[in-house]
Amino acid sequence: MTTSQSRLVLPLAALFVAFFVAPLIVLVALSLTADTAAWTAANYVKFFTDRFNYSILWDTLFLGLKATLVCLLFGYPIAWICAHASARWQSVLVFLVILPILTSVVVRTFAWIVILGRQGILNQVALGLGLTHEPLRLLYTEPGVIMVLAQVQMPLMVLPILTVLTKLDPNLADASHVLGAGEWRTLWRVTLPLSLPGVIAGCILTYSACVTAFVTQTLIGGARLIYMPLNIYQQAIGANNWPFAAAISVIFMLAVLAAVALLAMIGRKSETYGSA
Amino acid sequence: MAAPKHSLDWEAISLRLVFGALAAVAILFLVGPTLIMLLTSFTASQSLKFPPDGLSLRWYVALLDADQMQAAAWNSLVVAFWTTVFSVVLGTAAALGIARNRSALARVCDVLFMSPLLLPALAFGFAALIYIHKLGFAPSIPFLVLGHIVVCVPFVLRTTIATLSQLDPALLDASYSLGGGRLMTFRRVTLPLIAPGLGAGAFLAFMASFDNVPVSLFLADERTEVLPIHLWQQIETNLDVRTAAVSGLIVIFTLILMLLAERMAGLTRQMR
Repeated sequence: MTTSQSRLVLPLAALFVAFFVAPLIVLVALSLTADTAAWTAANYVKFFTDRFNYSILWDTLFLGLKATLVCLLFGYPIAWICAHASARWQSVLVFLVILPILTSVVVRTFAWIVILGRQGILNQVALGLGLTHEPLRLLYTEPGVIMVLAQVQMPLMVLPILTVLTKLDPNLADASHVLGAGEWRTLWRVTLPLSLPGVIAGCILTYSACVTAFVTQTLIGGARLIYMPLNIYQQAIGANNWPFAAAISVIFMLAVLAAVALLAMIGRKSETYGSA
Repeated sequence: MAAPKHSLDWEAISLRLVFGALAAVAILFLVGPTLIMLLTSFTASQSLKFPPDGLSLRWYVALLDADQMQAAAWNSLVVAFWTTVFSVVLGTAAALGIARNRSALARVCDVLFMSPLLLPALAFGFAALIYIHKLGFAPSIPFLVLGHIVVCVPFVLRTTIATLSQLDPALLDASYSLGGGRLMTFRRVTLPLIAPGLGAGAFLAFMASFDNVPVSLFLADERTEVLPIHLWQQIETNLDVRTAAVSGLIVIFTLILMLLAERMAGLTRQMR
């Protein structure tokens, strides 16, 4: 029965081989070609010898890190409050958390343009309170991009943490209290370490979504803040330099995979710690 | 229960206060922009100001003449529909093969099918464009659907595998021992039990396809322009209030669909 049942993966596996694996192989192959030679690393050499290009890579990877940390700072408390709420409130809170992720990213980013613009609400409030004399520049700045990315991707952080927190045995926290630990100490020494697998899963999802968030990066960052996705798009469609764009894509994918693998490794360590 | 010490009470209060404040800020932060967008779309004036100067439906009425926008919205609906149909059929079959299966092939497939969620989708979109080009085709709706299936099927797989692993295998054994065939058992036992997970996955796949930019950016052209790309270009070039009206419509439809999905499939339970 098991063998006949595993055959059910074949249709999707065939689709993935034909339309996911094969394109990626073609992408790698194209990145190793240039006008002059058939097989060459010239595109990669060009990328890493050009300060402009590799600074974009670092900016993108760090942008993801910063946005992920903001998500964690606000996302963990939401998940914790959700896990400690009554069933009814839990549904309401989860509904509010997933509402944004299901609303179109373009729409949510657009909303932020209305909020952050020169005549946006934030500037009206700041001017009205006399906090500033001229409109603050919030759009087209990195803090602006980080803030919007955090809002757009926050649900990806909250949901995995919530899953782990609701499965935690409440007796463990009680035991910690009985043994004299305060609430903060219990959070720090019991709940947080046990929920690390959820935190790591949330970080992986949030991070990979933030670095590749083309819409948010381009609309909030504008034309002067360039990150890897826009770089690929400009080289591929604007400059029509497909081999170089392919090389950038491969570098970007490998960098994201390396970051995810690093997080997953920390996650495996934390799991053994949690079960010990 | 130990008698609460004095310091313990203070700690409990401070923890709840700090976490409550952070969560309240975060919830406001999560929901606020969508609400502001919705209210702004009802503005009576030419500019996107919040709070709006007077309320009206004029920009919604103006959408009736926005041919390009309507064509893009129609393309998006068609692509999202076919993407969902194929994702559900292929995804359910694959989920049945993967859940509870400890073989190496199943593990490899699981990782492979989930990887589009982690890999930069934009790089995949570009790879797909090169691939189609090398095969001698031009981008078209069927290729767009294929690209969307790859990035949307993980949502169906995730929720379906989760519900399948909670399914009591004794129920299937009971069905077999009572003479139910494989197909009958699937239709009468497995399918009704996994329907909520499947429904939630289908809903998520539909929304993901309807909202997809990174793949559509490369696989859609002027004829097959989809709504998110059209909106993205509109916002980049000229801030038209009609764009706000479309955004308002999208928010309203998303809310209605979410409430339906919550009612029918228990969406908030499926996503945890």
